[in-house]
Amino acid sequence: MTFHPRSTLRTLAVSALALAIAAGATSAETLRWARVTDALTLDPHSQNEGPTGALTHHIYETLVIRDVDGSLQPRLATEWRIHPDDPTVWVFTLRQGVTFHDGSPFTAEDVVFSFERVRHEASGFRALHTAVTGATAVDDYTVHVQMSGPSPLYVQNLTNFFIMDSGWAAANNVLVPQNFAAGEDNFAVRNTNGTGPYRLVSRDPEVRTVLAAYEGHWGDAPQVTEIVYTPIAEAATRVAALLSGEVDFVQDVPVQDIARLQETAGVTVVTGPENRNIFFSYDMTSPRLISANVEDNPFSHPEIREAMALAIDRDAIQQVVMRGQSQPSAAPLPPFVNGWREDLHTYGAPDLARAEELVRSIYPDGFSVTLHCPNDRYLNDEAICQAMVGMMGRIGITVNLVSQTRSQHFPLIENWQTDFYLLGWGVPTFDSAYVFDFLVHTREEGFGSYNGSRYSNPELDAQIEALSTMTDLDARNALIAEIWDKVVADRVFLNVHNQLLAYAVRSGISLDVPPDNSPRMWEVTLGN
Amino acid sequence: MIAYILRRLFQSVIVMLVVALISFALFRYVGDPIYAMVGQETSLEDREALRELLGLNDPVVVQFLRFLGNAVQGDFGISYRLQEPVMELILSRLPATLELALVSGLLAFVFGVGLGVYTALRRKGWLSNLIMSVSLIGVSLPTFLIGVLLIWVFAVELQWLPSFGRGDVVELPGGWRTGFLTESGRASLILPAVTLGLYQMTLIMRLVRAEMLEVLRTDYIKFARARGLSNRAVHFGHALKNTLVPVITITGLQLGAIIAFAIITETVFQWPGVGALFINSVRVVDVPVMAAYLMLIALIFVIINLIVDLLYFAVDPRLRVDRANARH
Repeated sequence: MTFHPRSTLRTLAVSALALAIAAGATSAETLRWARVTDALTLDPHSQNEGPTGALTHHIYETLVIRDVDGSLQPRLATEWRIHPDDPTVWVFTLRQGVTFHDGSPFTAEDVVFSFERVRHEASGFRALHTAVTGATAVDDYTVHVQMSGPSPLYVQNLTNFFIMDSGWAAANNVLVPQNFAAGEDNFAVRNTNGTGPYRLVSRDPEVRTVLAAYEGHWGDAPQVTEIVYTPIAEAATRVAALLSGEVDFVQDVPVQDIARLQETAGVTVVTGPENRNIFFSYDMTSPRLISANVEDNPFSHPEIREAMALAIDRDAIQQVVMRGQSQPSAAPLPPFVNGWREDLHTYGAPDLARAEELVRSIYPDGFSVTLHCPNDRYLNDEAICQAMVGMMGRIGITVNLVSQTRSQHFPLIENWQTDFYLLGWGVPTFDSAYVFDFLVHTREEGFGSYNGSRYSNPELDAQIEALSTMTDLDARNALIAEIWDKVVADRVFLNVHNQLLAYAVRSGISLDVPPDNSPRMWEVTLGN
Repeated sequence: MIAYILRRLFQSVIVMLVVALISFALFRYVGDPIYAMVGQETSLEDREALRELLGLNDPVVVQFLRFLGNAVQGDFGISYRLQEPVMELILSRLPATLELALVSGLLAFVFGVGLGVYTALRRKGWLSNLIMSVSLIGVSLPTFLIGVLLIWVFAVELQWLPSFGRGDVVELPGGWRTGFLTESGRASLILPAVTLGLYQMTLIMRLVRAEMLEVLRTDYIKFARARGLSNRAVHFGHALKNTLVPVITITGLQLGAIIAFAIITETVFQWPGVGALFINSVRVVDVPVMAAYLMLIALIFVIINLIVDLLYFAVDPRLRVDRANARH
């Protein structure tokens, strides 16, 4: 056996190099994530808004989290159930061995504190927790939440309820969320201490937020160890940044770029249904309309509502306006929501002759009305309305289109200043009751805030209110079906479609498209 | 002199007040800020309570006076959208806009004067014609399109320059964050600066060319040539010098326009300046930021105009004589 100092040295050098490469590969897998807007704040209880929640889910954790298929999965709570002896109490069993990013242990005290904080009047999530009267820590890992009455579905409201560290909040004087009127800066807007899979490294609002994997996290170590999150407002720039290799993942892909990106080498486009339906609705109750040129209210006639349903060509909207990126449907309910049925998505072919006949039977000269539409809220919202103008024109309804920015459009619905409008609605609780509460129930005491149709049916209202306390789920689902039958029969909505989400990623990155549009970097897998 | 300055200052304050009043009168047509501030589950009662809390139900005049009262004390409120003090937000974004404006202003001035002189001297050359034609395109294309075209060519196709953002920044004492000191910061500046400066460059170039052609016909240029001076001395020592007075005035005034019109360029390039901040604020009707931004732009214009006025006063003796005569 001879000794070759040279070759040994070379072998050593090569293995050192290999080690360095291997170490480099495992220690830093950065994913650069671009989206149209930044998170508004890092305070987990302040703003109930999509992009804010999507980023917060990486830093803070919730008791339960919704899977891509819509089912609830354990997160900081390992079990949850209604108290066997008291239907007004929810019992949560907490995960053990969890630590916050600063090392302090996660206990029931933090959950109780977070329940207090999220119900503060400055919290943007307060409306989701109005049925809660208080939370108590039974022991370090059990929390009882007292409700004002039986609330069998309350746990569905907790998928965006983030847990904060009570000690950290007290030490930094952030016991309550940012209060606009107080006019003071809040430490929690820019600083975090969560239990999530990533910790905050740096944040420059609207420029760049950097997160790094938290080594002390209770779950499996994520493949992506660093996230660089960059808002890019302009659609063309966002796509250019992906094509030039400056970002790895573009969350908001413009509809018109999807086909082209699919053909681009090195880029993969993944799509999935979004939890948001797009529909038209109209004032079907007032004696006369603000904008119509006739003496009565055309939408109060079932014939007119039927004619409009016969005239709308959902397939044409899908193919021409949405370039295939939508799921046409007949009722405002995404398919994964409780209460959805096959027949809620089926619709007949347009029948213009019959539709025009129906319109002419009441208004021989037709009638005109104004349609209000947002132009910066939903995918191609203004173009959908333009298509609607043409379709209604063919059956004798002259539609004057007013499309404007979202902050001008939505107050019209809130203040009942529109006769005919476009609205999109998501169902974060994944239950039909959420649609009924806000869109179908008569507007009164917290109900019907987006009921722009002025639809009011006392019998239906009573049924909707009953849904919130029913503990027998089969009876409850039967009642939901009954309510949907009535809503569909009365044509409260003229539904268009369910939106699809499109994500563009560099090839080799695989991620799911969750219906709430809140992608999870800790579940991303990296190939080749 | 002091009376003149005081009078100008007084006029400036009036201008600022009018700008503030007009912007407040306009805000009510921008939309409802509450919609963007609360989740869709929020009840109508809670929305109304928040509206009351923010004073949005008060008459415009009351809102305006409250804004003025706070602004005088240096308090511009908290952004509805980002929940941070508005003054801090604007000050943290201002360096990005000022650096961009400075570089594009310099580019516009240097290339504008250079090309203007060249096209004036070589009036019939093919290169001059080419420059004049291309500059026409530069003026007529919208900024947005120029920005997107530059991104496509230099970021996507050639991959020479970054397509968005400001690169890495270095924080200087005093909180000023500069992009000049890092390589990525300088590379990121090029495309937005060219986009923003192109229009001004064309303007300056055409102004210099016209002025040069004018001056080159005057008698003293003929005398200078008759004295046997070199072309170089005639063109740059005599002609250019006399064209620069109006050019500097225009450039100074255009600097204000560059800062104000940086909005589009900043949006296209995701440049983190005050213009992008303003656009994002308009989208959700963030009244405190919109009000403070408009006041800031008004202040910049007022200051630039004041400086120009004072310079005229210093430079042009006739101004003083006229005013002295007018008073009697």
